[in-house]
Amino acid sequence: MPHSSAPPSAIEVRSTPKISVRQLNFHYGKFHALKNIDLDIPTHQVTAFIGPSGCGKSTLLRVFNRMFELYPDQRAQGQVLLDGEDLLARTHDVALLRAKIGMVFQKPTPFPMSIYDNIAFGVRLFERLSLADMDERVEWALRKAALWDEVKDKLEQSGASLSGGQQQRLCIARGIAVQPEVLLLDEPCSALDPISTARIEELMAELKSEYTVVIVTHNMQQAARCSDYTAYMYLGELIEFGATERMFFKPRRKETEDYITGRFG
Amino acid sequence: MMAPRPVYPPGRLSLHAWRRRTNALALTLSVAAMGFGLFWLGWILWETLRLGLAGMALSLFTQVTPAPNDAGGLANAIVGSLSMVALATAVGTPIGMLAGIYLVEYRPRGALAAATRFVNDILLSAPSIVIGLFIFEAVVAPMGGFSGWAGAAALALIVIPVVLRTTENTLKLVPAELREAAYALGAPKWRVILAITLRAARAGVVTGVLLAVARIAGETAPLLFTALNNQFWASDLAHPTASLPVVIFQFAMSPYENWQHLAWAGVLLITLAVLGLNILARALARGR
Repeated sequence: MPHSSAPPSAIEVRSTPKISVRQLNFHYGKFHALKNIDLDIPTHQVTAFIGPSGCGKSTLLRVFNRMFELYPDQRAQGQVLLDGEDLLARTHDVALLRAKIGMVFQKPTPFPMSIYDNIAFGVRLFERLSLADMDERVEWALRKAALWDEVKDKLEQSGASLSGGQQQRLCIARGIAVQPEVLLLDEPCSALDPISTARIEELMAELKSEYTVVIVTHNMQQAARCSDYTAYMYLGELIEFGATERMFFKPRRKETEDYITGRFG
Repeated sequence: MMAPRPVYPPGRLSLHAWRRRTNALALTLSVAAMGFGLFWLGWILWETLRLGLAGMALSLFTQVTPAPNDAGGLANAIVGSLSMVALATAVGTPIGMLAGIYLVEYRPRGALAAATRFVNDILLSAPSIVIGLFIFEAVVAPMGGFSGWAGAAALALIVIPVVLRTTENTLKLVPAELREAAYALGAPKWRVILAITLRAARAGVVTGVLLAVARIAGETAPLLFTALNNQFWASDLAHPTASLPVVIFQFAMSPYENWQHLAWAGVLLITLAVLGLNILARALARGR
């Protein structure tokens, strides 16, 4: 069991951390993209990462499910504890980790198969369900993602036939269907219109009762509206982290205030 | 009241007129180029239809190639072509696809990938008669005679680079996000490739296979030194085997009128088959 002290920002965080980042450094080749990050992501809350492009917020998110390992020149050093266990450890099985930590991407990525199979694909990787149980799981996931009523009569149609907003909710349903503990959202609304965005924000508020949600967003109003905690990052460093309300009304660091009030750069 | 004439900054109208003239000229030239190409294509199709339709008869598909000035058909050549093309496609497609998958999904960079691409480029542009001679040395000579197997081997060598190239190109077009989304669910690599990447690239890969089939269906040179020809039914592919292109080659060069008619009928058959395959490939590529 690795022992390490909690970062100062932890004082504000009342619930137990789901993910604890300790002295995390990240490199793309020679480029130092994350510098000594310490952060506690609280359980059953929505945590938002904000900051200008290139600040490392997506990079940090992609460390949590070890997505960076697909690319040979990307390296992470340090510790990322999921329920106290280092998920970066070689011994930690990456497939089982990703089943616990789901991810939704910026662009909707429906698989080239039916709506039903889009949901069932992930479930079949880890569970053997009877046809009836699978039907039930698919309906459950689509209901959770507020998509069921729109697709229940065309489950056999291609996932690509849906609108952009529906596709993104399909991807969220796909992520939920494997019943993860954490849901990572990487700018999930940046390709969507305001109505679809509103639906996904409502969804996040509902999901947090069962999942720990981490969202990367460029949209500060979105962070303010739907997150409980906010982390402001700049040039690979975590500048400030705390309860969202406090961060937006009383930022402690001048850099945070400048960014939030739009006086940045 | 008359609307006032619009006023433009000096020089704009003359520049605009010059641009319109250039545009009209370029458009005329490209339409002319298209017409030039279509003219020859139309002529070829017309001659093929005119001379080929005369030989169209049921006997074409039921009787074997005849002696000079005798009645007969192309049945042995059609069956020979079909079986050699089918075998070559069945052998060449998986090899080409697997190599294409390796180049995109497993080792896109590195010495082995570079060497594979280089060799494939050479194979792709090698004159098909070279491939025929190679199979003659590698298969026909050791086996002691011409055979359908050797013909199929030569055609398979032509299929592999075409399928490899199209598989690689279409897999490269699959967005990285789609792969990441599948990995993010905890899917193992082979499952991501089979269920997601290949499926997303399906139309392109199938198109490549169809184009390869269309290409080998009309190949003559690689069969001349391998399958040779056969006036009669070959009981199996271990014997010299007739094929449409080689029969056309032999009959068209002959002085006998009935052979020439059969050659034209064979030309029409191949042309229609290749045309059909190309249309199918285009339809699949569009329906992507």
